[in-house]
Amino acid sequence: MDAALAQIELPQPFDAWFAARGWRPRAHQLAMLDEARAGRDALLIAPTGGGKTLAGFLPSLIQLAERPRPNAPPGVHTLYISPLKALAVDIERNLMAPISEMGLSIKAESRTGDTGMARRQRQRVKPPDILLTTPEQLALFCAWEGARLYFADLACVIIDEVHSVWPSKRGDLLALDLARLQQFAPAMRRVGLSATVDDPAVIQRWMAPRPGAEVDLVLGAPGAPPVVDILLSGGEVPWAGHTAHHAMAEVYDVIRKARIALVFVNTRFQAEFAFQELWRLNEDNLPIALHHGSLAAEQRRKVEAAMARGALRAVVCTSTLDLGIDWGDVDLVIQLASPKGASRMVQRIGRANHRLDEPSHALFVPANRFEMLECQAAREAIAENALDSEPERVGALDVLAQHIMGLACSEPFDLVALYDELRTAGPYRDLTWEDYEQVVDFVSTGGYALKTYDRFRRIVQGLDGLWRVRNEETALRHRMNVGAIVSPAMLSVRISSGRRSTPGRKIGEVEEGYLEVLEPGDTFVFAGQVWRLMGVTGTDVLVTSAAGEDAKMPSWGGSKFALSTFLAKRVRELMSDGDHWAVLPGDVREWLEVQRDRSAIPARDEMLLETFPHGQRHFMVVYPFEGRLALTTLAMLLTRRLERLGVGPLGFVCNDYALTIWSLKPMDRLDFADLFAEDMLGDDLEAWLAESAMMKGAFKACALISGLIERRFRQDKKSGRQISFSTDLVYDVLRRHQPDHLLLRAARADAAKGMVDVARLAQLLVRIKGRIRHAALDHLSPFSVPMMLEIGRQRSPGTAGEMILADAAETLIAEATA
Amino acid sequence: MSAIAFARSGCGGVVARVGEAEALLRAAGALWLAAARTLVVADLHFEKGSAYAARGQMLPPYDTAETLRRLAAEVEALAPATVVFLGDSFHDGHGEARMARPYAEALVALARGRTLVWVVGNHDVDGPANLPGEVVETLRIEGLTLRHEPEAGAQDGEAAGHLHPCARVSGPGRSVRRSCFVTDGRRIVLPAFGAYAGGLNVRDKAFAALFAVPPLAVALGPRHAQPIGWRRLVGD
Repeated sequence: MDAALAQIELPQPFDAWFAARGWRPRAHQLAMLDEARAGRDALLIAPTGGGKTLAGFLPSLIQLAERPRPNAPPGVHTLYISPLKALAVDIERNLMAPISEMGLSIKAESRTGDTGMARRQRQRVKPPDILLTTPEQLALFCAWEGARLYFADLACVIIDEVHSVWPSKRGDLLALDLARLQQFAPAMRRVGLSATVDDPAVIQRWMAPRPGAEVDLVLGAPGAPPVVDILLSGGEVPWAGHTAHHAMAEVYDVIRKARIALVFVNTRFQAEFAFQELWRLNEDNLPIALHHGSLAAEQRRKVEAAMARGALRAVVCTSTLDLGIDWGDVDLVIQLASPKGASRMVQRIGRANHRLDEPSHALFVPANRFEMLECQAAREAIAENALDSEPERVGALDVLAQHIMGLACSEPFDLVALYDELRTAGPYRDLTWEDYEQVVDFVSTGGYALKTYDRFRRIVQGLDGLWRVRNEETALRHRMNVGAIVSPAMLSVRISSGRRSTPGRKIGEVEEGYLEVLEPGDTFVFAGQVWRLMGVTGTDVLVTSAAGEDAKMPSWGGSKFALSTFLAKRVRELMSDGDHWAVLPGDVREWLEVQRDRSAIPARDEMLLETFPHGQRHFMVVYPFEGRLALTTLAMLLTRRLERLGVGPLGFVCNDYALTIWSLKPMDRLDFADLFAEDMLGDDLEAWLAESAMMKGAFKACALISGLIERRFRQDKKSGRQISFSTDLVYDVLRRHQPDHLLLRAARADAAKGMVDVARLAQLLVRIKGRIRHAALDHLSPFSVPMMLEIGRQRSPGTAGEMILADAAETLIAEATA
Repeated sequence: MSAIAFARSGCGGVVARVGEAEALLRAAGALWLAAARTLVVADLHFEKGSAYAARGQMLPPYDTAETLRRLAAEVEALAPATVVFLGDSFHDGHGEARMARPYAEALVALARGRTLVWVVGNHDVDGPANLPGEVVETLRIEGLTLRHEPEAGAQDGEAAGHLHPCARVSGPGRSVRRSCFVTDGRRIVLPAFGAYAGGLNVRDKAFAALFAVPPLAVALGPRHAQPIGWRRLVGD
């Protein structure tokens, strides 16, 4: 501890409280106290188990304890923002202990979407000293008429898990709301709490209350480095596959020896599959539970509660448990199939063992050989504490539209003053006046070139020059639609009862589209049991029990997350460096060696491209290692080009590492420099993107967030399905009649960034320019085998709607003429 | 299934027998009765966008223009003597008043040299007040009764709208949902022609009582309409 910090003393009763527990305040806790006394904004980066939350709250608790009681200001003193409702509630409980043990007269209360009406109303009239809430609730507060008065005394805002919030639309919304709070309470301090990140400066800039303002960085002592092992079943790694089915017996064995294990997988199907497999092996009847986003909320709460009680030995889970409340007893994290990114993996590993001085234990279970390379690369990155980095965030315009509408609902605004306020928010520093005016016009009338809606304005400019909401009804409707998370429409899974198949007991919820690959009569696993799909009526999925039967398992190659740029680079480096292969298991090493002899191993800055005939077809396999999203986009664009070249492409498959295209004619004589030229990101991309389901999905999200389409009506809740249909209609009409409309721009930016990953594809094309290593082969290569095995097992994203319909029609015509 | 007679047409549509009439089911969603040179379109819902805007939801104000563009393309291709609007031509009773002048003028131009017939629907019970053409409850052409809302129970020789039928077909890994015609060879329900008109899945129970045999759906597409058998259709 440095000398200056050692000078800081805790006042009573805090000092006594620490001493009674045999604790000494940690250096970063004192440093945060120092920041608070100096009135400075601070970002605390500390590993889990480092007393981070207490470090965040300690200064506020002390200030509140010392504040002269009679003159106590009536408003909220400290506002705590958590990305998770459960976390806000958990922190409330954890704060109670020091408050009551020290006998402090401080009121700390949570407020989330689940908080009852009575408590909400009481909180408005009598604000707690410390309010714990979520970004969505804060947005609602900012759209309330009483907001300015309510937050006038705000001294401090604490943003927990800031590393997970800032690079998203929720982060944009939060940054805007912080800018508003700063207007209400200019002296308000900002405190960020974050897990270890690659580049803290990006978060510091995001948090800063105005351009150029400094946010101090406080670093907690690093924890013991984690111990990461890789599980090799019988010392071997399979050629292909995504489920790690081969290693399940060993995984079960490891769970048996651990106290409590978290088993992370990448998709919900994998979660169901692994859960099923583990229970098949579970001779000891260990309490093993399942947790993923498609299960009903109350079911997930039950699992979380059982976990908190220490009643479970393992939970199979998806990213739903990446963040969350502390479970002290977890001592092992198992990652089934590849980790996809180093930062997320560190986060997951941090879920085990919340004691700083002991290392966390993690076990990677690669499902195939490329994943073995990825697991090894991730393991090395974690050992070096090298993490994925995130680019600077540019605030989304649909979020801005929602925010501006909210402000108009709260109080009248001046156009120029608001522009200045918005640009104090990190992601909106570079907002141009043109874009700002367009967004205001959008909020008011929809922002159309055809000015027919002027008489229906949602916000109006008064004689005083200020803009305000049209009427209370409009404000009410806006408040019902606040938030930057667009959740997919959910269907209820219900047990079908009686001969008429009426919906019975609800066993969970699934996202629309989750069961799309199944037909009535098919069996599937859900919530850990086998069911037969009877049909879908309205928003109910009807099922009957099919216990004991084998479930049809859609092979779901894709993961929600694509391989990160950073980890991809490390995989390429590992692969290109023959001396490095010694760390790999024998069969994987041999696979690389045979690949080197029969085809080629690309140098670290090269991209390998193989062509070979197989069966009646010609194949091209490309290995860019750039993540599934960018490669899918690349495959779509290459297919269009090959079509024009008369090669007759028939189909393609992609994963995180490579893409395979097969065709009628050989492709080994093509001009590859030309084929992979950067100009493919021009008209071809535009044309393909405009028609793609991804673009429609992005537009839908923008339409909901911006308030063009309402999520909730006052009386009846319009079903998600209808919304989905009508935004597609709106998209088609808008695209034809006003292609430069604000929302189309916003949707294009989102699609290019997220689902289509155009930026990454552009980087790839630059990286491989002049560095394509072509291997013209007369047979399969070792690398291509896993890709060839994917064909026919993956759902093909390229199947156009027209082809599905034409196919259905042909079947019908064949039937009719038979 | 064999009771329903249909064939692909060179124009991308599907020719089907409905009652005694031979009908061309156009890929764009219009019904063409060649013998009577009559074009039938259902559920245009003109000015639906402005109806929403009046309630504070600013949908793009281009739906009327888009629907008129599609209609003009069909008229251009077929040169009908009569155009029948099969009800719910306007989204609400004030739709005609909200319609911008250029669109009304486009309808006047469309009426030149041909007859417009406005069948009334539940959204527009009185029919247009100032636009050219006749306003009727029902109409008989080629042995078909044209009305807005299908009569209950299986019917012979009827063409109606109102239900906005939609077909969903599952393919590998995804499904497609499109507006469609639906017919059992005795009656036909037309898809909604309007740019903002949504759809109701033909597997919905609203359709169940209308047909004597499992009907055929003809799904709309950019170039081709596709006949889809009942068994290939899935619910939403």
